[in-house]
Amino acid sequence: MTLRGEMFMEQPSAETLKVILAGHWKLGGELPKADKVQQRLESRPGVRHLVFDTRGLADWDTGLLTFLVNVGTFCSQQNIQLNRDGLPPGAKRLLELAAAVPEKKDARKAEERVSFLIYLGNETVNFFRSAGQLLEFIGEAVIAVRRLVQGQAQYRRADLGLIIQAVSAQALPIVSLICFLVGLILAFIGAIQLQLFGAQIYVADLVGIAMVRLMAAIMTGIVMAGRTGGAFAAQLGTMQVNQEIDALKTLGISPIEFLVLPRMLALALMMPLLCLYANVMGILGGMVVGVGMLDIGFIQYYNQTAAAVGLWNLGIGLFSGTVFGVIVALAGCMRGMQCGRSASAVGDAATSAVVTAIVGIIVSTAVITILCNFLGI
Amino acid sequence: MTETAAHITVRDLTMAYGDFVLMRDLTFTINRGDIFIIMGGSGCGKSTLMTILMGLKAPAKGKVFYGEVDFWGADPQTRNRIIRRSGVMYQSGALWSSMTLAENIALPLETYTNLSPAQIREVVKLKLALVGMAGFEEFYPAEISGGMQKRAGIARAMALDPEILFFDEPSAGLDPVSARRLDDLILELRESLGTTMVVVTHELASIFAIGNNSVFLDVSQRTMTATGNPNQLLAETRDPNLRLFLTRGEQS
Repeated sequence: MTLRGEMFMEQPSAETLKVILAGHWKLGGELPKADKVQQRLESRPGVRHLVFDTRGLADWDTGLLTFLVNVGTFCSQQNIQLNRDGLPPGAKRLLELAAAVPEKKDARKAEERVSFLIYLGNETVNFFRSAGQLLEFIGEAVIAVRRLVQGQAQYRRADLGLIIQAVSAQALPIVSLICFLVGLILAFIGAIQLQLFGAQIYVADLVGIAMVRLMAAIMTGIVMAGRTGGAFAAQLGTMQVNQEIDALKTLGISPIEFLVLPRMLALALMMPLLCLYANVMGILGGMVVGVGMLDIGFIQYYNQTAAAVGLWNLGIGLFSGTVFGVIVALAGCMRGMQCGRSASAVGDAATSAVVTAIVGIIVSTAVITILCNFLGI
Repeated sequence: MTETAAHITVRDLTMAYGDFVLMRDLTFTINRGDIFIIMGGSGCGKSTLMTILMGLKAPAKGKVFYGEVDFWGADPQTRNRIIRRSGVMYQSGALWSSMTLAENIALPLETYTNLSPAQIREVVKLKLALVGMAGFEEFYPAEISGGMQKRAGIARAMALDPEILFFDEPSAGLDPVSARRLDDLILELRESLGTTMVVVTHELASIFAIGNNSVFLDVSQRTMTATGNPNQLLAETRDPNLRLFLTRGEQS
């Protein structure tokens, strides 16, 4: 059974409206709307006083108060005098308390509806501003690297060691799995086409070149963007929330050198090694298909791969890996440093770091591929 | 060092976030050896004023002088040099969470001095002992209580024997006894080291116990309405807002 609040209205005189409240006026129950009083008042423009009779009221809570506040707002708009004497003493005091501090008009967030053109303009300005921030950040990172070369950079060797461990050894399992499977998939897809011509042996060339030159670096880069770039952004973002980055700044320690530099260095050093390892895993994946399914001999597969994959391919792959490492580190650290001061801002920073890193990886792959094409390597 | 030499002078300072002016026309002087209280209601810009004084945020208008040097008019190197002679205790401690307390306090020492690791260990031990936390060297910030984090934050702020210490709401979130002990610690450090202390707080007990100079930021008028010793202000002020603030809302 739902508890019901009752409301009746009567008019003892032409100038006075009496609102009789009875029953259970509690939130969640069936309560009359304040609109009814408003309609009544609008239909009788002569009413100047509003009084209450609450003798029949069994119990009440915020449900009654919101009703009274709504009635009160309308009354003050219409210059109708509201007499609170008939209300329960507790409700009366609470209403007075709520009205004690006047509403701060300029405290409300301005919710302006902006036109499409203004929105477009703001977004464009923001885009160029964030591009500027990106360049600024890269510039600061370059200066930090210069200071590192000069031996002046302030960072802790111990931190560098820990980060190197986190981005290399601990990443091996996931890199193994992904790259082994990618090699396997490439071999499968290639095998179906090549079998048509009886050229199964070229699966070794296909997997070898694709992995070594491109796929190992890209897959490792994307894995690292997800597991390391996001982690960097979350770490630095949390430090921003805790004012730890402010604490560094007020000590005159550059957060770029102290936090960003070791992370960038760790990834730039470890990514080529990870790529090398990913190459091996990818070729192994291809070999499983080649030897197991296509009846290519183990030695034959090895020799075919070794003949196909040139030093240039390896060089380009490792170079790409290094570039991706720097991109992942920069994206993660930049989003972390730009992080706002709330928990959701840390989440946004981590998301945005991963997205930025992956976009950066794909764009730089395109650039490297086109450049290699021009150079004929 | 004379008692009344100006250490930090603020002139016609305006603080703003974009178009929103937080406070304008702030002019006051912090003398050497003062325990200077920045007080005012919530949201009046106390913490913002402090971030301007410690060089994290540029003022919209006006000047801050450290001694004779125009702080925000100076080049970044000069600013860095000035700020390095000050220490900050942040509201939450802001200890570097990936390092132990000892490493937190050692970092400024490693960065700016040529002390040997053994000497640094001794200094760290001493600073922790000064704030009553001897033996906590190997703890991580997450492993100790909020009050202890603040104390450790003070130890780190004092690592380089700064001339100025900034405190952001030192007693916020502490039980009365811990808050009192922190006040005593601040007084004691001022007495023995002669450090200038700038304290942002709205804790009345602290204000009267430790402050010998202050500025009151009135949020309704968006400017400062009084400066001077808080006890004297309480005795003499006619400004109803300041009176309300200093008497905890009791009008007399």
